[in-house]
Amino acid sequence: MKVQGKVIKYGDNVDTDVIIPARYLNTSDPQELAKHCMEDLDKDFARKVGDGAIIVAGKNFGCGSSREHAPIAIKASGVLCVIAETFARIFYRNAVNIGLPIIECPEASGDIMDGDTIEIDFEKGSIVNVTRNKEYKAEPFPAFMQEIMASDGLIGYIRKELGTEKI
Amino acid sequence: MRNKDGFQEELIKIKIYNANKVFIAKKDPDADPDIHSVSIFFHTRCLSAEINQGGNRYGNDDDAKNTVLGNDITTPVAVKEFRKIGVNRVFDVNKIAIVPDHFTPNKDIKSAEQVKFIKEFAREMGIVNYFEVGQMGVEHALLPEKGLVTAGDVVIGADSHTCTYGALGAFSTGVGSTDMAAGMATGEAWFKVPEAMKFVLKGKPSKWVTGKDVILHIIGMIGVDGALYKSMEFTGEGVHHLSMDDRFSIANMAIEAGAKNGIFEVDDRTIEYIREHSTKPYKIYKADEDAEYTEVYEIDLSAIKLTVAFPHLPENTRTIDEVGYVKIDQIVIGSCTNGRIEDMRMAAEVLKGRKVHPDVRCIIIPATQKVWKQAMKEGLFDIFIDAGAAVSTPTCGPCLGGHMGILAKGERAVATTNRNFVGRMGHPESEVYLASPAVAAASAVAGRIASPEEL
Ligand code: SF4
Repeated sequence: MKVQGKVIKYGDNVDTDVIIPARYLNTSDPQELAKHCMEDLDKDFARKVGDGAIIVAGKNFGCGSSREHAPIAIKASGVLCVIAETFARIFYRNAVNIGLPIIECPEASGDIMDGDTIEIDFEKGSIVNVTRNKEYKAEPFPAFMQEIMASDGLIGYIRKELGTEKI
Repeated sequence: MRNKDGFQEELIKIKIYNANKVFIAKKDPDADPDIHSVSIFFHTRCLSAEINQGGNRYGNDDDAKNTVLGNDITTPVAVKEFRKIGVNRVFDVNKIAIVPDHFTPNKDIKSAEQVKFIKEFAREMGIVNYFEVGQMGVEHALLPEKGLVTAGDVVIGADSHTCTYGALGAFSTGVGSTDMAAGMATGEAWFKVPEAMKFVLKGKPSKWVTGKDVILHIIGMIGVDGALYKSMEFTGEGVHHLSMDDRFSIANMAIEAGAKNGIFEVDDRTIEYIREHSTKPYKIYKADEDAEYTEVYEIDLSAIKLTVAFPHLPENTRTIDEVGYVKIDQIVIGSCTNGRIEDMRMAAEVLKGRKVHPDVRCIIIPATQKVWKQAMKEGLFDIFIDAGAAVSTPTCGPCLGGHMGILAKGERAVATTNRNFVGRMGHPESEVYLASPAVAAASAVAGRIASPEEL
């Protein structure tokens, strides 16, 4: 799978409280959550995402609470992938579990600038900066996690394991 | 298969339901067989033993006593995901705890709908440990108190502060709602084996210094990602000088350093606590002698000063003598970090015979019904109310900017909670300063951040 989009760049320690503030957690509707995604950090977020963008951030992206509402809001707002130097662990597993593509790549995180256009090839683990004509290599996910993602998240994976996928 | 940091990418499944298959490792055929040396305590020891034995069981049959946890924010999402799995029952009705504590007593119609939804699910499934308002407390104070977690347990919770139970020598870690759904259906979760960091605690903390100051000091030292994906292990003779409530505060904030879990060595105090609260069997795991750590820190508890974390990250710490003049509008004493009985006692010790500054709202929230009743019996509420503080029923409330004390634009709070991110307690331009109950109570009186010694 390949995706291409414009980059929205953020710094280190983007926490789940700014990704989706708790005042909106009285719903779990993805579209509702998407309306408020990042609003305390970047009021123009929704406009910038348009019909598909890629977030590139620094260290510890998604730190803080375990709210799955955070990756859900990002996914529902139309973000194609999040690239960061590192991810906070609960965000990382939540993203894998719900099928939001994420890539840990310090080199890309440092080099890519806001507004660059980049193309990601998930199978190859390659990130191509179309604007700057550069390529970065990311570690592919371990096999077990690739299986989860290929099953469209953990629920799909469990259904296969339990043999309930046809129900 | 090791990544750039030498990090072991082994994936492990922990069975949390079957007495005969308590810890099952799903072995990655490419995995490096050396994994057994990465770390030590309970979980990692079990996991490594698993790998060494090629995926055979480890531990005895008593070990099937593990828990899946969720709250009023994360459980609704988990229930929706659970419905997609295609099973019509949970793995074990006794091993799931659902605690509506965040927006309860329900703050608005949407919150009420969420709680109704999860309560109906709990009833339909026959989940035993569903706690309605009146029995409910802040989940991480409630579970140990109800005896639902003991040493040697494995707990996954759809709440990041699930790491709190490491104080009891359990492996417990925060996950998301989809993990909770899968856990409820199958009793399993997937994990990467973490590397470990060792914190050797020495000496005795001085007057007023608590577990909160210790963990703020550590986070200030290593940063909010200083333990990213690692296990923080607390050991050393200094542990004996920390009360269980101190240890809960410390393990609670392991996630604030990015850790997967925080875990304490079990001692007499732990066992005393467990015996007092639980009838469940417990199991003590100790460090392997040849365990490897990525870092070892020695921390002299007697040298730790009262510590405050400035906005907007828990790592922005300053000792009380470096704080300067910071005027405040609100105090919150409560939460899963500091809403236990010792926290109430400490706040009362400071507030006794004193008055809350007229410009300050001081909100005190005992974390559970039991803490509430005990505080009432000891006469602490008389002290609080005479001082001009408000006492609330148990709730997370203001800790996450839910209700019961939200900040306006430009307002500042000193809170005994665990996060001070942008907008955490209300308006995005408000500020939260994290501190111990002693500092919070002293600040309530002074109207600015203050030490109890100054009053
Ligand atoms: S008290 Fe605060 S940190 Fe603890 S569980 Fe509740 S909201 Fe989360």
